[in-house]
Amino acid sequence: MSGGFISRGFRGRRQQSDLAGRIPPGQYLERRFPVLSAGPTPHTPLDKWDFSILGKVREPKRWTWEELLALPHEIPTVDISCVTKWTKLDTHWEGISVETLLQQVDYDPHSVGYVIAFSDGGYTTNIPLADVLGGKAWVAFSYEGEALAPEHGGPARLLVPHLYFWKSAKWVRGLRLVEQDEPGFWESLGYHNYGDPWKEQRYQGD
Amino acid sequence: MERTALPGRLIWQIGEVVATHPETERSKSLTLALPIWPGHLAGQHVDIRLTADDGYQAQRSYSIASPPEDGRQIMLTIERLDDGEVSPYLTDELRIGDKVELRGPIGGYFVWEERLGGPLLLIAGGSGIVPLMAMIRHRRAAGSTIPIRLLASFRTYDDIIYRDELEHLAGDELALEVITTLTRTQPPGWTGYMTRIDAELLRDVAWPIEQHPLTFICGPTQFVETTAANLLALGYEPTRIKTERFGPTGDT
Repeated sequence: MSGGFISRGFRGRRQQSDLAGRIPPGQYLERRFPVLSAGPTPHTPLDKWDFSILGKVREPKRWTWEELLALPHEIPTVDISCVTKWTKLDTHWEGISVETLLQQVDYDPHSVGYVIAFSDGGYTTNIPLADVLGGKAWVAFSYEGEALAPEHGGPARLLVPHLYFWKSAKWVRGLRLVEQDEPGFWESLGYHNYGDPWKEQRYQGD
Repeated sequence: MERTALPGRLIWQIGEVVATHPETERSKSLTLALPIWPGHLAGQHVDIRLTADDGYQAQRSYSIASPPEDGRQIMLTIERLDDGEVSPYLTDELRIGDKVELRGPIGGYFVWEERLGGPLLLIAGGSGIVPLMAMIRHRRAAGSTIPIRLLASFRTYDDIIYRDELEHLAGDELALEVITTLTRTQPPGWTGYMTRIDAELLRDVAWPIEQHPLTFICGPTQFVETTAANLLALGYEPTRIKTERFGPTGDT
């Protein structure tokens, strides 16, 4: 790809070999937790917060904050990669698996191809249905043992760690099930539609 | 909502360093001549990819400081992070004539062009001024008369990036106001602000909400969080505030 180009005088900082296999191409290991958002951080009070599943469902479903937290919790430990090049290993979360939520709505898996996550502030992102089933995605409300901070997406964000982190929508308020794919916010602004870090799918055409 | 069209694929290309200019002790501008450039919008960035002789690679994103009107030359301003892997190479190692691999332009949201209107409130924390400078330079190059207020926060006088150009522009350009606050030390005779950008300072400086300002904030995370929250408290519309953040929240 780089056609043999060498950056004169660049040595770089290689990862220790036991970690190198866990860092996707073009990423570097970050021990802190950078923040990226396109606008101001929304603050929705928990008594006004809810989570909905809409779209191609027989009956839309809505959970209040208390109702959501009453569902079975999971505590995933996952590696996360942001398209801005940082990767963070072994992050600890607590949340409800998206599969658990989808089990509570009546939908036809053959006519739903994608879910569109939507958030306070108007953010959206699109994910194939298969990528949020099977324990691959959560609605997370706790990070490293503490309530998820607002700048990191609290009270709750989507967590889809096998895709670049813009897919893990902050301030998430629901999922809309759709038949046909619809690009979300960053997907409409030149970023890759799917976003697999291991294939380095950062931008359109990657 | 109209969006910025990007070409189908972002191709890696090799640019040549044609000029370097130290901006402050910690930051340096590099001007790169590019073989192909589709043009950018003020506020966009590029990805730089460095390759060691054993094939090891590192990538980082850097904001473009120059206006679209400069054609196939772009300027990047790099702040040197002492523990950084890429920025010390770019600021200390690169010489005129060296080659750099990059692709772009990237990012279609934190951008300004005249049709997006104004007045503009640009708020910079430290090197967060870089993409905002592209907007100021673009406004001048395009002959736009949309009013701009730049509110920039630096630690000391010597940390002010683009200081001479900003002083010159503020004296020369109509409807461009540059307001600087120095948060750590101030030179003798300093008459500007000396506090962090807080609610009181914003009340002094921000456009009245009736003017429907468009705001761009760029800086460290906490700076952006606080500033955006203070603007919301003043009644600014959240959808008219665009943010770009760099740096972690602090702890591990």
